[in-house]
Amino acid sequence: MHVLFKRWAMMAAAVLGFVAVSIQPSSALVEINVAGGNIEPLPIALPNFGGDDAKLSADIVSVITADLKRSGLFRPLDPQSFIQKDMDVNTQPRFGDWRVITAQVLATGSVFRQSDGRLRAEFRLWDVFAGEQMLGQQYFTTPENWRRLAHIIADAIYQRLTGEKGYFDTRVVFVSESGPKDKRVKRLAIMDQDGANVRFLTRGDDLVLTPRFSPSSQEVTYMSYASGNPQVYLLNIETGQREVVGNFPGMTFAPRFSPDGQQVIMSLQESGNANIFSMDLRSRRTTRLTSSAAIDTSPCYSPDARQIVFESDRGGSQQIYVMNGDGSNPHRISFGPGSYSTPVWSPRGDLIAFTKQHEGRFMIGVMKPDGSQERILTEGFHNEGPTWAPNGRVIMFFRDTPGANGGPQLWTVDLTGYNERRVETQGFASDPAWSPLLE
Amino acid sequence: MKMNGTFMRGLRVAAVAAVALFVAACAQTRPDNIANSTVAPGTAQDFVVNVGDRVFFTVDSSDLTAEARGTLDKQAQWLQQYPRYTVTVEGHADERGTREYNIALGARRATAARDYLISRGVGANRLRTISYGKERPVAVCNDASCWTQNRRAVTVVNNAGS
Repeated sequence: MHVLFKRWAMMAAAVLGFVAVSIQPSSALVEINVAGGNIEPLPIALPNFGGDDAKLSADIVSVITADLKRSGLFRPLDPQSFIQKDMDVNTQPRFGDWRVITAQVLATGSVFRQSDGRLRAEFRLWDVFAGEQMLGQQYFTTPENWRRLAHIIADAIYQRLTGEKGYFDTRVVFVSESGPKDKRVKRLAIMDQDGANVRFLTRGDDLVLTPRFSPSSQEVTYMSYASGNPQVYLLNIETGQREVVGNFPGMTFAPRFSPDGQQVIMSLQESGNANIFSMDLRSRRTTRLTSSAAIDTSPCYSPDARQIVFESDRGGSQQIYVMNGDGSNPHRISFGPGSYSTPVWSPRGDLIAFTKQHEGRFMIGVMKPDGSQERILTEGFHNEGPTWAPNGRVIMFFRDTPGANGGPQLWTVDLTGYNERRVETQGFASDPAWSPLLE
Repeated sequence: MKMNGTFMRGLRVAAVAAVALFVAACAQTRPDNIANSTVAPGTAQDFVVNVGDRVFFTVDSSDLTAEARGTLDKQAQWLQQYPRYTVTVEGHADERGTREYNIALGARRATAARDYLISRGVGANRLRTISYGKERPVAVCNDASCWTQNRRAVTVVNNAGS
């Protein structure tokens, strides 16, 4: 497992000679407007790839299909309806056959096991109405990376058709929960964004909470009760090495990395108050950023690191504030009815996601960094802890259910408020944090 | 922390006498509570059963109610009577809040209880606090009766039995 990320890094994406040369005429015909709200999903045909391993080809296509379908932007067509059979990457599509079944785009491909043991995958994306190729790519990887290969192809399709970067080749770190509600065992776990490849990072001996990804993807910062004194830790998910962040005179919690990965920002409990500090991971220097007789917590940097959003009850209830990166000029931005917490800045910088509590309901919403244009994306008994897909278009959060047998599960919702979906996990899961796109 | 034999014997005699008295006093009026009478004074169990190890809070608050102060007064008395113990004050929140805020709220509640114990003469060096936020509920139903029980600060006697 420790070589996993090195392998990822070595995987090369190469663009071959067969890459589309004349994509311009067709690009205007098929395009998805991601910001459009409740749009009609694009009908896409994804026949099984050709190549020398039918099972592997089918598995790869099924992962691509599931990714695109879950995004809510695509409607993969039933393969039973396909007229032209046995497609591979070099088959010339009979576009009329695909138009008849209402396909607007078609993806064809092949996967080969090379003599050096690696996989070679090639695929093309076709604009069925224009009768033209939109995209053609080739990838090499090791066989155990086949799921990742599928996610990369799904991202390429998503990006070509939406103009936005994809988010399928990503992971989620979260807290896996087991056991009865009053004796929950919590373990850090990591999985692919579609719920596959779950791997546990801690054993469950100690209470662990709120893991967050480093921008480098190889480290996670989280809170643990391992020492008996709850503190913020760093965990290298490649080596398993772990260390306490800083030498603070009390409980530290609510950690998050700065956008460059060099700082961890977190709360320090000082008697009845919590204040926000940052620590430089290289110099170990700590900087106090708030100094209030209140609970200041859940800090999160803006993507340019010039501002920090956080929650505070300094005004009497939990509300969202924004301050400069050095702690100056804190000002409240949430003014709707109810209380606001767990603010997270979008990777695009344009929005802040939050948890909102009002009249016993828990909602996930977004607002602009100046507090305007608040929109609630989902609401219910208990929704908490938003985290952004790296393209800023999808939010993952956890939803808890009431009572002794209740427990949290992971869900996603589009920024539009549509396309709410559960992320399948074994057992209960909470505190998701979405990784950046893998390198 | 070992005690010498003489001291232990003395304690045991005192404990037996106290239990006998307690039984005599309570047997007629509170027969249901006879089980409590078997608790040896000065034990962690004594603290839980006869003093009360926890105080409760209203929503989002760390203010000590009159009832909470009454319980903490008894805790302070007991701790002064048994100076060999240190305690951990655990702060907790109900599940109807967000995780990170609840961690801080639990800490605030534990601090309120600790500060009150100090004001009643318990040495600060005998007290430590920890917050569990909403992570360790004692009641798991889905209504206010459970949430009320979970918004608590629990004083845990540490070195009992040593």
